[in-house]
Amino acid sequence: MSLDKATVRKIATLARIDVPETDLESTVQQLSGILKWIEQLAEVNTDGVAPMSGGTDLKLPWRPDAVTDGGKVDAVLANAPDAQDGFFGVPKVVE
Amino acid sequence: MPDFTDLTAMTIAAARARLAKKDFTALELTDAHLAAMDKARDLNAFIVTTPDVARERAKAADVRIQSGKAGALEGIPLGIKDLFCTEGVQTTAASHILEGFKPQYESTVSQKLRDAGSVMLGKLNLDEFAMGSSNMTSYFGPVKSPWKAKGRADDLVPGGSSGGSATAVSACLAMGATGTDTGGSIRQPASFCGIVGVKPTYGRCSRWGIVAFASSLDQAGPMTRTVRDAAIMLKVMCGHDPKDSTSAPLAVPDFEAALSKGVKGLRIGIPNEYRPDGLNAEVAALWDKGIQWLKDAGATTVEISLPHTKSALPTYYIVAPAEASSNLARYDGVRFGQRVEGKTLDEMYAKTRAAGFGTEVKRRILIGTYVLSAGYYDAYYLKAQKVRALIARDFTEAFEKCDAILTPTAPSAAFGLHDKQDDPVAMYLNDVFTVPASLAGIPGASVPADLNSEGLPLGLQVLTKRWDEETMFSVCQVLEDAAKFPFLKGAP
Repeated sequence: MSLDKATVRKIATLARIDVPETDLESTVQQLSGILKWIEQLAEVNTDGVAPMSGGTDLKLPWRPDAVTDGGKVDAVLANAPDAQDGFFGVPKVVE
Repeated sequence: MPDFTDLTAMTIAAARARLAKKDFTALELTDAHLAAMDKARDLNAFIVTTPDVARERAKAADVRIQSGKAGALEGIPLGIKDLFCTEGVQTTAASHILEGFKPQYESTVSQKLRDAGSVMLGKLNLDEFAMGSSNMTSYFGPVKSPWKAKGRADDLVPGGSSGGSATAVSACLAMGATGTDTGGSIRQPASFCGIVGVKPTYGRCSRWGIVAFASSLDQAGPMTRTVRDAAIMLKVMCGHDPKDSTSAPLAVPDFEAALSKGVKGLRIGIPNEYRPDGLNAEVAALWDKGIQWLKDAGATTVEISLPHTKSALPTYYIVAPAEASSNLARYDGVRFGQRVEGKTLDEMYAKTRAAGFGTEVKRRILIGTYVLSAGYYDAYYLKAQKVRALIARDFTEAFEKCDAILTPTAPSAAFGLHDKQDDPVAMYLNDVFTVPASLAGIPGASVPADLNSEGLPLGLQVLTKRWDEETMFSVCQVLEDAAKFPFLKGAP
């Protein structure tokens, strides 16, 4: 399937990646090329096949839903671009 | 393997024995590598070098060797792919968006290597977020292979994504390195640079603390100059980790013991589908040579069919970008890494991610977002998961008829750093022989087997069933013994 500019704009919004108008056409071309290539999968008969959703054949273990770590505010905030008073700083979201 | 006397050109096995005999100290060994790294800066294998950390750990290793408490890798200088979080040392995944990020914790695999006494030399370059097959997508510039084609002066790619690892090991800047493999990122660069690369069974190594690309495919593994060294290093790297629920609660086999088992009586599967029309003649000839080597050592060969091979790459390019688009959602300019300010939170996210991610990463996030989006999920993502199940079933059925599978690792030798690379799909084809095993979750290794007519390395790939790395190592050792591969680029 070929994408159009509107679709790519929508995907970019969903992905939270700013795609400037000047790059839109080339992005449309490249993504359409890749999608056209992967569409060959439609030819494969997958009737009755259960999807493989992980990389392992082992049963994933359960563990108690318990707090095992914490109290490391400084370590958590150590790499924050904007840390203030023990919190992450972000642009104002509430008027 | 030639008997190198230079400290940097030894194998891990040899260095371990000579450190125990006190022929030299761990500090001398580390200093020799730091000096070699300094001379080879032009290769751009390391994003960050950590000489102070290295010398401090080497000194501590010497103390443990003196007191008879040496670990399995005591004093062995290693490079760590910059996808493994290392406490207090910048970890970037070769992305601008993580520039300056200093993890406050250590990944399980690098911690295990550290606990075994190894010495970290620095953080190795890679394709951005491990997305690539050439190391051209690194924000910190491409890595050069130490190899050059006969009669040509231009630089070649080391392969990717573990390109810095492959170059460092091949050029004798490190005795071994960690790699990660999502669709071929250990095996293809190993093939391009003439070294050994092992991707174990999915679940053998903990993924905890490794920057995530595609979580159902990512696996860590060793990159070394010999099969034995890979066995030594892998044993240290794997094992159950409660912090990664997909890591296997299974005992770690003694991979080194498997090296001497040979292949007598083993059935080696040769998949017809890996010999497409137009397969590079030299790659095909090398494959035939590998088949003969294994027959000469007492194995039998059996033709097998992996009918869904053709679908593996397109399946991978749905599954991996889908998972990547979710995993990379965390890079939002709030908790770590780079931030570009915006008037609103959404604007800040979009600007940060536009400026922080490179072209290939953005392309894959957009593809992943699309195939997971409402209305397209079933047609693309669910379909790919079903085809993935068929690809895994192909291998399960094949392993009823054979004990191991032999294939070429990559469809070609290394290409030029400046060769035209504007078609993403053409680049993806580099992984055509490695991706199927990644999707199936089975182990795979690349062993350097010969040089082509241009004097460039070509590797052979060995695949076995899940959790049977031992048979894989047995086959790899026979191939290595027969190939008498001609050798390291950094060796004096």
